[in-house]
Amino acid sequence: MTTAIDTDLYGAVEDAAAYLYVWALKDIPQDLRDALEDAAGKETSVPGQRVLSTILKNVQVADSEKNLVCQDTGIAVYTCRVGEHFPLHPARIYAALKAGTERATIEHPLRSNAVHTLTRENTGPNTGHRLPIVHWEFVSGWDGLDVKCVPKGSGSENMSFLKMCVPADGVKGIKQFVLESIVGAGGKPCPPGIVGVGIGGSADYAMYLAKEAIARPIGTRNPDPHVAQLEEELFELLNETGIGPMGLGGDITVLNCHIEHADTHMTLNPVAVNYQCWAARRASAHIQPDGAVEYDREA
Amino acid sequence: MATHRLTFPTTEEQIRELRAGDEVTVDGHIIGIRDRTQIRIFDQGMEPPMDLAGAFLLHTAPGVRKLEDGRYEKVCIGTTTSARMVRFTEPLGERYGVRAICGKGGFPDEAIEPMRRLGMVYFAIVGGAAALETTQIEEIEEVAWEELMPECLWKFRVKDFGPLTVGIDAHGNSLYHDVQARAQEKLKELYARL
Repeated sequence: MTTAIDTDLYGAVEDAAAYLYVWALKDIPQDLRDALEDAAGKETSVPGQRVLSTILKNVQVADSEKNLVCQDTGIAVYTCRVGEHFPLHPARIYAALKAGTERATIEHPLRSNAVHTLTRENTGPNTGHRLPIVHWEFVSGWDGLDVKCVPKGSGSENMSFLKMCVPADGVKGIKQFVLESIVGAGGKPCPPGIVGVGIGGSADYAMYLAKEAIARPIGTRNPDPHVAQLEEELFELLNETGIGPMGLGGDITVLNCHIEHADTHMTLNPVAVNYQCWAARRASAHIQPDGAVEYDREA
Repeated sequence: MATHRLTFPTTEEQIRELRAGDEVTVDGHIIGIRDRTQIRIFDQGMEPPMDLAGAFLLHTAPGVRKLEDGRYEKVCIGTTTSARMVRFTEPLGERYGVRAICGKGGFPDEAIEPMRRLGMVYFAIVGGAAALETTQIEEIEEVAWEELMPECLWKFRVKDFGPLTVGIDAHGNSLYHDVQARAQEKLKELYARL
């Protein structure tokens, strides 16, 4: 049965999704702007400097022309934190996110990228079977909903890698795999970006965690000190590879490295890498149980 | 590393003056092309309804708006990853006389030899910098194979298009090859430190 509260909240979530998708594509967060400025200040190679100054100019032009930062509107990925007392069922939240994605795509208009995996025919305005993609987290003792939209471009998503290391490979095996993955990716994922790494859990969950990692504000550190230390080490190592901006050679290969972890089986050591391009777009909304929405570019 | 300004279509002679690492800005006409467009030309054997002699090809699937008179207006035009389309390099040069291919992320080494022999270059654009790129495209002048939308053949008129970096030149040099070779050496050193 659909109640008035349900209808209002459904509308609020749909509006939020439609707004977030376009907003994320146009107005990148301050921490990312700062990281790109910082990178431009540190880069010493000529092609690398050329790339970074063009990126900074592009961000300004997107602001002044109110245009998209990048033409690749990606696949719409949302992360939802749902309070146990939030009065709209997740099934309805999903339907509202899908409707909002479609509306934004048609009204703007945005390029629609969604196709059937086998026939390659377009399946809808950036929606289709199991599109958009939603990551769920449920929070006890809370009545709110946080929605974060992360439009994920294909150039960087194509540079995703999974390896089932064995326990004897240890932390060294994890580091080697991340390094070889980013060197192998070269200029294809639009460096310098955020390297998301998922470790532990299972094969599928490690990649899920890697995607969670790229959605964090840049340079935030994992609360587990062992993981945070690995983030710092990998960040430094990755910038020693010399791949540089757009793979043309230089000092800045990545803006940062974020790691999420899950405990795992005693004989497993999975490591997943998910790359986020320099246009690391994200935008959030905090939704109250009465339908009030607060937008937040920095979360 | 020199800087150049080129108008397209252009000649082999002009292309052979460029060296890997040089900066180039482009005016004139460029042609948008992507995976499905090239699959149609080379795998399905359909002749492209545009002249590609001396052409600058851009790897793109633009975001556009169709106007009532059937023309297309730009919304947001950027560049896609080139590596997926490397196998078309040789026939594009040999059969149609294409002079430049522009995309992001580079071509693997198999493009070096045909580009050297046929007098072609690969231009690196900044991937993701579509807001800026859109302002450098003055007009969408022609669209062919609309049924492949957005992977049609597009003719754009551009001004101050760039800055582009010569990623692979017509003399056998590739920045991508050099960067990879150095990175592979560096990896050995880093692994030894882990």
